[in-house]
Amino acid sequence: MSQAPIKDNEVDIVIGALRSDLSSFFNEWRAYFSRFHLIIVKDPDLKEELKIPDGFNLNVYTKNDIDRIVGSTSISFSGYSCRYFGFLVSKKKYIISIDDDCHPAKDNKGNFVDAVAQHIENLTTPATPFFFNTLYDPYRDGADFVRGYPFSLRNGVNCALSCGLWLNLADLDAPTQALKPSERNNRYVDAVLTVPTAALLPVSGINIAFDREAVGPALFPALRLAEEGKVRWETIEDIWSGMCVKVICDHLGLGVKTGLPYVWRTDRGDAVESLKKEWEGVKLMEEVVPFLQSTMLPVTAATAEDCVVEMAKTVKQQLGSSNPVFGHAADSMLEWVRIWKTMVSRPS
Amino acid sequence: MAAESRPAPTPLLKDELDIVIPTIRNLDFLEMWRPFFQQYHLIIVQDGDPSKTIKVPEGFDYELYNRNDINRILGPKASCISFKDSACRCFGYMVSKKKYIYTIDDDCFVAKDPSGKDINALDQHIKNLLSPSTPFFFNTLYDPYREGADFVRGYPFSLRDGAPTAVSHGLWLNIPDYDAPTQLVKPLERNTRYVDAVMTIPKGTLFPMCGMNLAFNRELIGPAMYFGLMGDGQPIGRYDDMWAGWCTKVICDHLGLGVKTGLPYIWHSKASNPFVNLKKEYKGIFWQEELIPFFQQATLSKDCTTVQKCYIELAKQVKAKLGKVDDYFNKLADAMVTWIEAWDELNPAGAGSAALSAGSSK
Repeated sequence: MSQAPIKDNEVDIVIGALRSDLSSFFNEWRAYFSRFHLIIVKDPDLKEELKIPDGFNLNVYTKNDIDRIVGSTSISFSGYSCRYFGFLVSKKKYIISIDDDCHPAKDNKGNFVDAVAQHIENLTTPATPFFFNTLYDPYRDGADFVRGYPFSLRNGVNCALSCGLWLNLADLDAPTQALKPSERNNRYVDAVLTVPTAALLPVSGINIAFDREAVGPALFPALRLAEEGKVRWETIEDIWSGMCVKVICDHLGLGVKTGLPYVWRTDRGDAVESLKKEWEGVKLMEEVVPFLQSTMLPVTAATAEDCVVEMAKTVKQQLGSSNPVFGHAADSMLEWVRIWKTMVSRPS
Repeated sequence: MAAESRPAPTPLLKDELDIVIPTIRNLDFLEMWRPFFQQYHLIIVQDGDPSKTIKVPEGFDYELYNRNDINRILGPKASCISFKDSACRCFGYMVSKKKYIYTIDDDCFVAKDPSGKDINALDQHIKNLLSPSTPFFFNTLYDPYREGADFVRGYPFSLRDGAPTAVSHGLWLNIPDYDAPTQLVKPLERNTRYVDAVMTIPKGTLFPMCGMNLAFNRELIGPAMYFGLMGDGQPIGRYDDMWAGWCTKVICDHLGLGVKTGLPYIWHSKASNPFVNLKKEYKGIFWQEELIPFFQQATLSKDCTTVQKCYIELAKQVKAKLGKVDDYFNKLADAMVTWIEAWDELNPAGAGSAALSAGSSK
C-alpha cells in the first residue's frame, strides 16, 4: 500500500503546559520534535514562567494571548483544556498532542519509539472500520488482509484519529489505580488496529493525533467536572470529546486507530487523593456511554462542524436535565463551533 | 472492580475439553504437542479414504471417526458433513460430550514467545474462555482480565462484568492465513510479529474466523459452529471456517456472548498451494461481497433465545436472501437445518438448547 509522503510543514505538535519547567521534557523529545513546528499553550492557571530549551521552532501562547485571540467566551481553557487553544490556532493538517509528563518509550527491542512518526503513519495510512482484520493493521510492514476479508473493503477509509497508549502509569481511573497502587503497564503490544465502526472506546487525551482538516472542530473542551484538577484522574474532558469524535467519524465514514505508539508516563499524583474528590467522572460515564451508543446523526450533517452542532442539541435535550454538567457541555460545544468558525475565517 | 490478586494457575479442564483434529495424512504433529495435549481426550475426524489407517501416536486417549463412521452415525443426515475438506471437523464438535472444544490443524506446531519459551496454546485458550469478554465497549488496554491489565479511565463500571466468552480465536506465526491472491503476490511473506494481546471483537463487528487454532464453549455456541458444505462435489472450498465464523458472530452478538481474538499463537508450518487454493476460493471471493452485507444486516427475532433457534432462523434468511446469488446457498441453507437436526439428535439433553440467563459466567 503506498503511503502519501507527509511534509513536515503539514504537522503541528501541540503541548499543553501544566508545569513550568519543560526543559527535560523537550530535551527528551528533541530528536522527534525538532523537525516540526510546535505550539505550546500555557495553562492559564500556571503562574511561573515557562522554561523551554532552545533549538525548537515554536510559538508559545499564554493566558493573555488566549484572552486576546478568542475574546469573550464561556469556554474555559484552564488545566488540560489549554491544549485545545493550540488546536484552534493551528493552520496545519495534522496535529499531535502529548501530555507534558510523558517521555519517549522503548519498544520490545529496547529502541526508543518515535511516537510522532508512528502517529503520522497511522494518520496517513487507511483505516479499516467495516470489518475486523485479525492480523490487525494490514498496511503495516509484514502484515496484510487475511483470508476472508472482502476485497471491496481493502481500500479502507481515511484515518482521522490516532490514539496512542502508555507504558508505566497507564490511563486507569482513580478507583482502579487506588485499588492496585503498584500496577504499572509493562506490556508493549506491537499492534495498531482500527476500532470498528459503531464500537465506542474511551479516548484518552494523553497521547493522540488527528487530522485537523477532517475532524478538528470535534475535539473540544466541553465536559468539565465541577472539581476538575491538574491530574488526568480528575478529568473526563478528553474521554467525552474523544467519544464524540468516534461517533462523528463513524457517521462521516472516517477511521479511528488505536495501539502504537506508546509513550512512557511519569509516576505522579496520588490516586487515593484523587479518590477523595467525588467520583464525578466515573458516575457520569454511566450516562454518557449509553447515550452516545444510541446517538444517530442526520444524513444532512456532512461536516465535523455540522455533527458537533447536532450532537450538542441532542446532549441538551437528552442529558441536560439529568445533570447541569451536560447542559454546560452542550453549550460549550456550540460555543466551540462558533469560535472555530471565527478562527478559520480569520486571515492568517 | 477487579481486586488485587495473585495469578491462580489455569484450570486444566482435562475432563471438560475435547481436542478435535481433522486429518487426511498423519498425526505426527501431535508429538510436539504431547506435553500440552496428552492429558486431554482427542476426537480425530479422518477425511478422505476411510480404508486408510491413520496412525495416532502412542499414549493419547482418542476416538477416531472416518467417513464410514460418519455415514453410519448420521445416516442420511451425513449429507451435511463435507467430504475431502477439513470442514468435516465439525462432526467432531457434534459427537463430543464435553463443554469446551479446541480444534487445531495437523500442520500447526508449538510456537515460541519472544522470550523463547514454548507456548502452551491450550492453556491460553482456556484462560480466554474462562474469563469474560467485553463486546459492548472497547478497552484500549485490550483484555482487562489479563494479568497486568485493567479497564481504562472512562470505561463504565456497569460494563466491567463483561459477557460470557463463547469463542477464543488464536493466531499464527510463520505462514499467515492469507487468501490465494495475496499468497500469489506475497509468496515469501511470513508473520513474525508477536502481538502480545487478547481482545474482544466488538458487538456488531464481523471478522474472518480461522479454524486452524480455535477454541469455543460448546455449551454456549456449539450448534453455530457448522463448517458448511465444502470440498468434494461442492463449488467452493476454504470458506468453511469463514461461514461458521460469520454465523457464530451474528448469533453471539444476538445472545450477548463474547468472541476473543489474539493470543495464543501457534506455528503454522505448511503453505498450501496457492493455485489449488485459488480454484477452491474463486467463487468465494465474489460471493463474500454479497455475504458480508447479508451478515452485517442480519437480525434475529427476540424469540430466538437458543443457539439452535438462532441458527434455524439464519438458515431461513440464507435461503431467502442468498438463494438468488447461487443455488449453492439453497443447498447450504438445507444443510444448516440438517446439521441442527443431527446436533439435537446426538445431543438430546441440549448443549446450547438451554435459554441463556443474563450475566457472566466464569
